[in-house]
Amino acid sequence: MTNIVISGVGGQGSILASRILFALYETRGDMVKVSEVHGMSQRGGSVITTVRAGKTVYSPLIPDGEGDILIALEQIEALRYLNQLKPGGTVISSIQKIPPMPVLTGAAVYPDNVFDEIRGAGFKLITIDALTLAKQAGNSKAANVVVLGAASAALGGTDAEWDAALSAAVKPQFLDLNRRAFELGKTVI
Amino acid sequence: MKKMMLGNEAVARGLYEAGCTFVSSYPGTPSTEITQYASDYVSIYAEWATNEKVAAEAAFGASLAGARAFSGMKHVGLNVAADPVFTAAYTGVNGGLVIAVADDMGMHSSQNEQDSRHYAVASKIPMLEPSDSQECKDFTKLAFELSEKFDTPVFVRLSTRISHSLGSVEISEPAPVEPREYVKNTQKYVMTPANGRPRHAEVEKHMEELGDWCETADINSVEWGTERKIGVVSAGIAYQTAREAFGDKASYIKLGMIYPLPVAIIQELAEKVETLYVIEELDDFIETHCKKHGISVIGKAELSPLGEYTPEMLRRLAGDSVPDVTHTITVPPARPPVLCPGCPHRGVFSVLNKMKLTVTGDIGCYTLGAAKPLDAMDMCLCMGASVSSLHGLLKARPEMARRSVGVIGDSTFLHSGITGLINIVYNRSAATVLILDNSITGMTGHQPNPVSGFTLKKEAAPVVNLEVLCRGCGVERVRVVDAFDMEGLEAALKEELAADEPSVVIMRRPCALVKTFKKGSPRTVEDCKKCKACLRVGCPALYTVGELIQVDQSLCMGCGLCSKICRFGAIKEGK
Repeated sequence: MTNIVISGVGGQGSILASRILFALYETRGDMVKVSEVHGMSQRGGSVITTVRAGKTVYSPLIPDGEGDILIALEQIEALRYLNQLKPGGTVISSIQKIPPMPVLTGAAVYPDNVFDEIRGAGFKLITIDALTLAKQAGNSKAANVVVLGAASAALGGTDAEWDAALSAAVKPQFLDLNRRAFELGKTVI
Repeated sequence: MKKMMLGNEAVARGLYEAGCTFVSSYPGTPSTEITQYASDYVSIYAEWATNEKVAAEAAFGASLAGARAFSGMKHVGLNVAADPVFTAAYTGVNGGLVIAVADDMGMHSSQNEQDSRHYAVASKIPMLEPSDSQECKDFTKLAFELSEKFDTPVFVRLSTRISHSLGSVEISEPAPVEPREYVKNTQKYVMTPANGRPRHAEVEKHMEELGDWCETADINSVEWGTERKIGVVSAGIAYQTAREAFGDKASYIKLGMIYPLPVAIIQELAEKVETLYVIEELDDFIETHCKKHGISVIGKAELSPLGEYTPEMLRRLAGDSVPDVTHTITVPPARPPVLCPGCPHRGVFSVLNKMKLTVTGDIGCYTLGAAKPLDAMDMCLCMGASVSSLHGLLKARPEMARRSVGVIGDSTFLHSGITGLINIVYNRSAATVLILDNSITGMTGHQPNPVSGFTLKKEAAPVVNLEVLCRGCGVERVRVVDAFDMEGLEAALKEELAADEPSVVIMRRPCALVKTFKKGSPRTVEDCKKCKACLRVGCPALYTVGELIQVDQSLCMGCGLCSKICRFGAIKEGK
């Protein structure tokens, strides 16, 4: 069983990322389930999406401590869901920081050493300036797919399988943009 | 052919393959996408109705006409639709009638966590519950067959994790279904007491037949494990969680029909295993059924009636060890949902907060106006209650009329705010109601409604004139204010709160996430005096570097609210 956690802030595109992964694992012959978040949390709240692939998948949710890879689209959203990962699991995180409302109002502080903490807890960590690379690809909204590119080596899959997955999940008019974003993401590893 | 589908998308596929031609619903998370996906099929007429009661009644009318008809709603939507649904159980159907109800365990996007299975018992309507996307499609089709065979509406019960999970679905093309003839039948469809009594007897008769049917129905499946120690009776998403946690050693009954419930297969499993668990989220619905039939089971004595179950919770129940996954790390600050940058509601709640008014709130994005720093809401109960509860509040404490307002969105007002407003006029309270008109149903994902100018099928539609509507209800003081005009709102509120009669203030601006929203140029900050007054509007585009305010250029929509708040003119329109 492969267990992938995607975390981020509502509106960052974790749903598209999870659908690309669904298509990727399905083309490789796995049974796949994905749990998405819709509704109120999408208004800038913390969102977690889970992808599970294997011979037989029952719950779409990942038991705590069984995640293989955590793909985070924002720094503290990586920190928030570490409990989902197995010991020594891999975190691929965007370096983007989006301060949540309690930080904006001064009620809380945005931690400044997130990545040290993740490494300190024994996880493998790959970080990427996804926002800059997405802009380079043509649109900051493609940061989600940049991070997927960075995660692609850890996730497995051939170039052809990834391209088929992107084609299956991304709307045709945005496919070229997302292909560029994915390739730029791959360059960090 | 297989296709990746959300549970909700698979229900829509089931509608298509079953030859359903009429869908009427009101949006509500987690049920919304069923109707959106259904509208993509050319063969299905699909619409957003004004509320769930209207939707269910419209679906009943289509069924009466002979079409296969459907209505989808969230759990609390069924409360609104309950009136026609209970009596449709008596009339039965002509064309098949299926009602999907989506519960929200864990309250991801709801105001309560009610267990809608009780509606099946109370209304005497059979209920199916799928456990993945494939079953969402299959059970929807089966629901139409059962509806026509047993002459009853049929519920399909969903939940957040079924509706919003992706799975592979084997799809096929529909077999042609001819609409049934319309035949006038007053004894069946005119529910006077004299006609209703024999219909009630019919209901009891077909529910008994359905009880027999479900004993051998293959949607109630038994899966024998490698051992005979643990047995599990479950349904829906709880089955998947249980199957994950208890593994291959345990034996399972997966109930596809949860009302009526079978007895014999559960008894058989109970006799063959040492311990029988009932794993169900929320109430002890299946457990009560088992105990009623003298079957000894373990359920809510060990498990909570609150929220969603996780595999870890069930592993602990099974006596398995669960790894400790706590890490010694900084607890990240919470990230609650917030009003979007450019949201036209932000300025309104900023003014309500400043004026320290008592605010009766309602259901929608603007419920987020209750959160800090806006912090401008005293209650939020259900669709429409902002208007009707304000009336009661003012009758009990008339002196509060000078400092209380009700706040309701356009879609919610049309759903069930109008009746409350008429009550205010008729029973004379000096209430002031704010309608936040962004001309779309925002929170559920921008569904059109009667003030949007177009339909679900993207056809042009007349626009309900809220000013004329409110005047027609008998409100003489009706005014429209630009939602970004905070000074204008404050002045209007002072006048309307002082008036000794009902008032309506319509705050108008499109939602910042729709195409018609005109984005301004992002703001920039020069010579910030560090007073942080602008942070009181709770905009996610504003942040501080040290003590100085900055504007996130990628998030700012240029609404200018922060510039208006800044007394020093430090936040300027960017170039």
